[in-house]
Amino acid sequence: MSTSRHPQHWIAFKTIVTREIRRFMRIWAQTLLPPAITMTLYFIIFGGLIGSRIGDMEGFTYMQYIAPGVIMMAIINNAYANVASSFFSAKFQSHIEELMVAPVPNYLILAGYVAGGTARGLCIGLIVSVVALFFTDLTVQHYWITFTIVLLSAVLFALGGFINAVYASSFDEISIIPTFILTPLTYLGGVFYSINLLPEFWQNVSLLNPVLYMVNAFRYGLLGISDVSVFWAFGIIVLFIAVLTWYALHLLHKGTGLRN
Amino acid sequence: MTALSIEHLNKTYGNGLQALNDINLSVEQGDFFALLGPNGAGKSTTIGVITSLVTKTAGRVQVFDADLDDNTELAKSYIGLVPQEFNFNGFEQVKHILLTQAGYYGLSANEAEPRADALLKQLGLWDKRATPSRALSGGMKRRLMIARALVHNPKLLILDEPTAGVDIELRRSMWTFLRDINRRGTTIILTTHYLEEAENLCRNIAIIDKGRIVENTDMKSLLNRLDKETFVLDLQQPLTDSHLLDGIAHHQVDSTTIEIELNRSDSLNGLFSVLSERGIQVASMKNKVNRLEELFLKLVEPSEKH
Repeated sequence: MSTSRHPQHWIAFKTIVTREIRRFMRIWAQTLLPPAITMTLYFIIFGGLIGSRIGDMEGFTYMQYIAPGVIMMAIINNAYANVASSFFSAKFQSHIEELMVAPVPNYLILAGYVAGGTARGLCIGLIVSVVALFFTDLTVQHYWITFTIVLLSAVLFALGGFINAVYASSFDEISIIPTFILTPLTYLGGVFYSINLLPEFWQNVSLLNPVLYMVNAFRYGLLGISDVSVFWAFGIIVLFIAVLTWYALHLLHKGTGLRN
Repeated sequence: MTALSIEHLNKTYGNGLQALNDINLSVEQGDFFALLGPNGAGKSTTIGVITSLVTKTAGRVQVFDADLDDNTELAKSYIGLVPQEFNFNGFEQVKHILLTQAGYYGLSANEAEPRADALLKQLGLWDKRATPSRALSGGMKRRLMIARALVHNPKLLILDEPTAGVDIELRRSMWTFLRDINRRGTTIILTTHYLEEAENLCRNIAIIDKGRIVENTDMKSLLNRLDKETFVLDLQQPLTDSHLLDGIAHHQVDSTTIEIELNRSDSLNGLFSVLSERGIQVASMKNKVNRLEELFLKLVEPSEKH
């Protein structure tokens, strides 16, 4: 006899998401405040002090040009960090066992944590956008593209944070990927410049960087300009989400880093 | 109905260590079952497999007829686990921990709230409901783990050394609580190092050693197998002449303490008559070790000394 557990699954999913949101709200001084301060500094230094000497870029003031990239940088960093630190802490303190013994399928565990990371990414995106409004005008040219790209980028990096946490066996190991991979990819992903300024060889190298597509698609949503095709940007992000989702579920099924 | 059925369970860890070797076990519904064994014998690995925390190498586990491989969610929904180590989020409040666990099992807030409140009151944690769990005492943490395991009303409760490090008063109140929920229908499997605890609470027992079940029977039959018991006697006067104990198997600990080994066929009355005739007055008497402990030590092979 098999009875549908859909109502129970929905409750379990809501429980994981609620707990994740409660966690980052409870420690808001560590999770919500620092990005607001850091991004304010970016706007003051790069946008205000240095930007005023750089002049226009692609027809916009430098402050307007970097704003989408800076907002996107905050979103993806925080979506990643939330899941990486929360899931690793759950492993470290062993309270991940509460979930593992419960009748919660693996896809729901993944969905719950990714939704929690996405929620923090969106929350930070909103905070940084409000901060940006103190420095420059922000208009939205394409609402659906703007919203969808923010959502998909947060989901993608939340998935990355999850996989990092599954493999991590110490707190050091959840900072290695952000420091040595995520930060360079973000800084070289067209946040502060157009890749049209680069020599052709480095333009082609930059096209291998997935962050470039997110930043430019988001810039297209806000300003209506992009260095890359927005269609390709969506395609690449969806492809990455599909691959990382499959891989994360594979790790959960195997019990990597979780089960003996 | 069988609450838990384990067939040919094997577990070999990645480093080649065979933790479980063809374990077969059956626990009936309503039972209070003890799973005993020395450190490293395989108790926690067995519990880990039943609760999906450890991946088995081979074998079959069924919980109330639900196969853990084929009907995983149903099988898991029947089980409540009280693990050996504290494993809750130290920053979460006590009541949130219960409500979160209830949510994982699919209980709506309307169902979970009254259950969590009732358990917090029963286990003396009501006043601490808004306290972060890391601020609880050791005994309170143990009780919180029991409350968490029961919040979804499991049919099978598994306790892995639930009274480790708990003072005697609290231990006894936990025994009363566990007896009560067992009487109301919850099947309980218990591992413990306190053999007195197993003897007091459990009706059936399995002893595991080096990954194998070396004994699986009911407590009464097992204790009946005990052919000798050792008693410690405190004497009213120092024993000056050791010849007074000639013919009695004994070991003199000090001038006023002797240990006497008695066959089950011998009566205590007979022993006291002999002692009395020889002018030896006994002030008090106790078992040297608990009866189950004597059997346990005979059944498990001594481990290598490190």
